[in-house]
Amino acid sequence: MKTRLPVNFLIGAVLVALVLGAAALSLVWTPHDFAQMNIKAKFGPASSTYWLGTDQLGRDVVSQLMAAARNSMTVALAAVLIGGSIGTALGLLASAIGGWVEDLVMRIADIGFAFPALLFAIMLAAVFGPSLTNAVLAISFINIPVFARVARASANQVWTREYVAAAQAAGLNRAVISWDHILPNIGAAIIVQATIEFAVAILAEAALSYLGLGAQPPAPSWGRMLSEAQTLMYLAPQLAIYPGLCIVAAVLGFGLLGDGLRDITDPRLSRER
Amino acid sequence: MSAPLLEARAVTRRYRMPRESLFRAPPVLTAVDSASFILERGETLGIVGESGSGKSTLARMVMAFETPDAGQILFDGQDLGQLSAGDLRRQRQRFQMVFQDPFGSLDPRRSVGWSIAEPLRAIGAENRAHRVAEALEQVNLHAADAEKYPHEFSGGQRQRIAIARAIVTRPELIVADEAVSALDVSVQAQILNLLMDLQDELGLAMLFISHDLAVVASICDQILVMQHGKSIEQGRATEVLNAPTQDYTKSLLIAAGA
Ligand SMILES: Nc1ncnc2c1ncn2[C@@H]1O[C@H](COP(=O)(O)OP(=O)(O)O)[C@@H](O)[C@H]1O
Ligand SMILES: [Mg+2]
Repeated sequence: MKTRLPVNFLIGAVLVALVLGAAALSLVWTPHDFAQMNIKAKFGPASSTYWLGTDQLGRDVVSQLMAAARNSMTVALAAVLIGGSIGTALGLLASAIGGWVEDLVMRIADIGFAFPALLFAIMLAAVFGPSLTNAVLAISFINIPVFARVARASANQVWTREYVAAAQAAGLNRAVISWDHILPNIGAAIIVQATIEFAVAILAEAALSYLGLGAQPPAPSWGRMLSEAQTLMYLAPQLAIYPGLCIVAAVLGFGLLGDGLRDITDPRLSRER
Repeated sequence: MSAPLLEARAVTRRYRMPRESLFRAPPVLTAVDSASFILERGETLGIVGESGSGKSTLARMVMAFETPDAGQILFDGQDLGQLSAGDLRRQRQRFQMVFQDPFGSLDPRRSVGWSIAEPLRAIGAENRAHRVAEALEQVNLHAADAEKYPHEFSGGQRQRIAIARAIVTRPELIVADEAVSALDVSVQAQILNLLMDLQDELGLAMLFISHDLAVVASICDQILVMQHGKSIEQGRATEVLNAPTQDYTKSLLIAAGA
């Protein structure tokens, strides 16, 4: 096809590539050990050794940002995979069975949807204690109703197609049809949603870590870097600005990429919005 | 005398429409109203009637996608509405359907061979690749086409693929609902010829539904005329076409330029 790629897709793709690249690179290489303290070099300015300077404990900022990117991506990936699979399965099930089962699943999803996501995460952390695993679970959980809705709405459309009627005429049951025809044909919608939810998950992880409910020290996290820098705002504002910019870049990147993917896969949907 | 292959006995199907007022019961639309017909083995019954006369609804009941609100559909003497879900699923290989929309009846994400093999997988048949190749050749396509995807074919070719899927289980009945209506006239003729050839070769019975009397006249042994959900006339095609007993049928004939 000769269609031009939408601008939001291109900008999103570049930002995502940068963030993912930094995260992947941090697996094998960072300029310094991100946890290495050097009190003598604290609050160091940007230099050829420390590209963005050092923090209040003399740790290299670039290395920390890179390691935090990896952390953030892992949390978001796990949360979107877990919440996305469960939500998609529920949506498929609701659509396949229909009737009161569909109504019940969707009403429960409505309730989950109406509940403020972050509040729920804070509640979970309060009950089960702050940890990265609980942050992942909380973010997964808030993803379930989102994916259930998208999957069910798209699946209901696919169920009306003639190739589904042909599969029914062949004598296949609704579980097999869901797997063979419905899931592959709602894949695009699910991937678009997953990309957008990836952005939401990154923001949620940063917020939870900022509140001390996510990544625990010494694991680096943009959210925690931000909260630690907060008390030093007048002394070293750049320590808050860098992780803040990273969060914005990652969230914006995945958000734009998701929007762009939607424009590409379903122009009708994006026009309706 | 054995039972006819397919019989509809006073079949009725009603749809509840959206409520118009809180204080009145929702209106009910009777899409098929006590319709009856008989289709013998190996014969073709054409169902004609204007759009909205209930032809597709009747077809969906014959395919047991929907159950009648009253009356019965008997396939080989057994009431489809009385079969257990499992029995119905096993019987399905004996009656298959060709749909109207050649662009909607094949899953775009599945290869042609995969789609044609679907009814075979449903019954756990062996030798699937061989039977898919055979079915493709029966509809004058190539065995190698099994590897391709629907978007690589024209509307007429896709309809051939849909027919290949319908005959792959060697059914006794094919239901074709407006199976050529979406095609160009020249392609229509090819598909109609193919259906007639296959019918001779395989001894199929066919329920051939169309709003187009000319198409039905060219292919059917028997004709059933439907109006407002009712079956108003059934007879041998030659008789219905030459000596219609109902005014409605006469008006259809005039409209078709006969
Ligand atoms: N699922 C449905 N729900 C409500 N009304 C329907 C449904 N299917 C068909 N109808 C109505 O039943 C009537 C017969 O439709 P149909 O069987 O499609 O006619 P035909 O195939 O002869 O054009 C029409 O008035 C149509 O609007
Ligand atoms: Mg119709």
